[in-house]
Amino acid sequence: MAGMTFAQKVLFRASGRQASPGDIVSAKVDLAMSHENSALVVKAFREMGAERIWDCEKVVVLFDHRVPANTSKTAEGHRAVRRFAIEQGLPHFYDLKEGICHQVLPEKGHIVPGMLVVGCDSHTTTYGALGAFSTGIGATEMAAVWATGELWFRIPETLRVRVGGSLPRRVSAKDVILSIIGDLGADGADYMCVEFVGDTIDRMSISSRMVLSNMSVEMGAKAGVVFPDGKTEEWLGPRTSRPWGTETSDASAEIADEVNFDISSLHPQVAKPHSVDNVVPVEEVSGIEIDQALLGSCTNGRLEDLQAAEAILRGRRIADRTRLIVVPASREVYIDAAEAGTLASLVKSGAIVLNPGCGPCLGAHQGILAAGERCISTTNRNFKGRMGNPNSEIYLASPETVAASALKGEITDPREV
Amino acid sequence: MIKGRVWLYGDHVNTDLIIPGRYLDDYDLRSLSEHAMEDIDISFSRNVKSGDIIVAGRNFGCGSSREQAPAVLRQKGVGAVLADSVARIFYRNAINIGLPVVICPRVSTQLRAGDVATVDMQLGSITRESDGLEIRFAPPPDFLLEILDRGGLVPYMRERLSR
Ligand code: SF4
Repeated sequence: MAGMTFAQKVLFRASGRQASPGDIVSAKVDLAMSHENSALVVKAFREMGAERIWDCEKVVVLFDHRVPANTSKTAEGHRAVRRFAIEQGLPHFYDLKEGICHQVLPEKGHIVPGMLVVGCDSHTTTYGALGAFSTGIGATEMAAVWATGELWFRIPETLRVRVGGSLPRRVSAKDVILSIIGDLGADGADYMCVEFVGDTIDRMSISSRMVLSNMSVEMGAKAGVVFPDGKTEEWLGPRTSRPWGTETSDASAEIADEVNFDISSLHPQVAKPHSVDNVVPVEEVSGIEIDQALLGSCTNGRLEDLQAAEAILRGRRIADRTRLIVVPASREVYIDAAEAGTLASLVKSGAIVLNPGCGPCLGAHQGILAAGERCISTTNRNFKGRMGNPNSEIYLASPETVAASALKGEITDPREV
Repeated sequence: MIKGRVWLYGDHVNTDLIIPGRYLDDYDLRSLSEHAMEDIDISFSRNVKSGDIIVAGRNFGCGSSREQAPAVLRQKGVGAVLADSVARIFYRNAINIGLPVVICPRVSTQLRAGDVATVDMQLGSITRESDGLEIRFAPPPDFLLEILDRGGLVPYMRERLSR
């Protein structure tokens, strides 16, 4: 008999059923995360007639999308959820000061390898970087999870993405994932569990791995996993004492496909408007003038991202025509970047530093674009209207490319500054 | 049985197009749904009629996990979404809020905007009124049909929890 994939193993443990891709199982989740949309979850939870959360230890709630509240409607949503969290006695309610969910949960030690995690946010795939099987769900089904701790899952097929080669200078994880998505397409991993393997991945920091897992949903993946290794252990060490699983896929497991990428001569990549798979090497778009540059988000708002940008901008001033907005992904990142002098240096170069959170990523506040404006951004989506105006344009790129572009006021190859 | 006029869209209609993030601080579905599809089709929310059917290409509903995406469509009266393929979270969300959703490869090339069609979820069939053209699809598993039948996961769970 064929062995099992990672996805099969996690869902087997959580459901008690050994199932094949395409089968549907009902599984017990290990952790359930929700943010502002908890307001909708609370409403559905009450409408279902549920009263108590099945296991408060397994629920994390925080606000990150619109913090501090951008409108009084948001403030009311926050307040409703805050009251609910107090009423239920939720031990892991972080309110609005910690930063983006996908950064905060790993930092606070909520995620360990082998867990089955669901989150009310599509980029919940991020936790795959720590070897968890984690995926996004909607608000109503989160209410059902709060009530019962269980949810149905279709066992996904597995797509193995093997990445080899050393990253060239000023080329980073974002360029790798953009080039993979450009190749496979926005639905190239539809419903699949993507496993990132290979020597490039082995050498990557946990932060860089998070970039890959984070964006795997942009090619339709249900989960995007990097199997745990010494780096995972080192990263988790000071953050959690929970025991963790070491599941990987069996060599004999059946997978849907394996694709290979050699990145040793990869150029910096840019996703042009209005889709994430519209990817070209930076040379093809360099010289396009930009109004705004955004450095942050659950994709690239970590310390290594801020430092990569700062290394390019240090002692220099960004172009007059451009505004550079920096949003540290979490309070921890903010403190570390402040103590390292990174934030002060970025501000000296002309950056605006915001509080940790999603910032302008989803077009709610803090840097909305005007009609006709163009933004180069380290975020993960360049959909039409994403940054608040349907007649604006978003180009996605690495922190290095965003910094170089802010410096010149036009899309710029970071290897040339 | 679902019956209505076809609204035809292309590939990769994402959740920001279905309902832009800038409006999501509005928790009132009725006013929110006035913005449904406005960034790709300004006429949609004004002219869509109860029972109308959205037909789309690949990867419909990709992007965010926002449940408001299927919810505004249902609020606007959309009877079903039929697409060549559907993004995973949208698929789940649609069923959970009681909006029938069908994955049917090539459907977007078989139906045209303005066609009147009927959809039978149990049988797995789509029929075009004008010429009787029938398109088959694999019906969803029984428990999903049951959730749809109850009007979504909230009523389904209410029943389950009160037992
Ligand atoms: S930073 Fe952007 S993509 Fe990430 S969770 Fe926030 S809104 Fe979503």
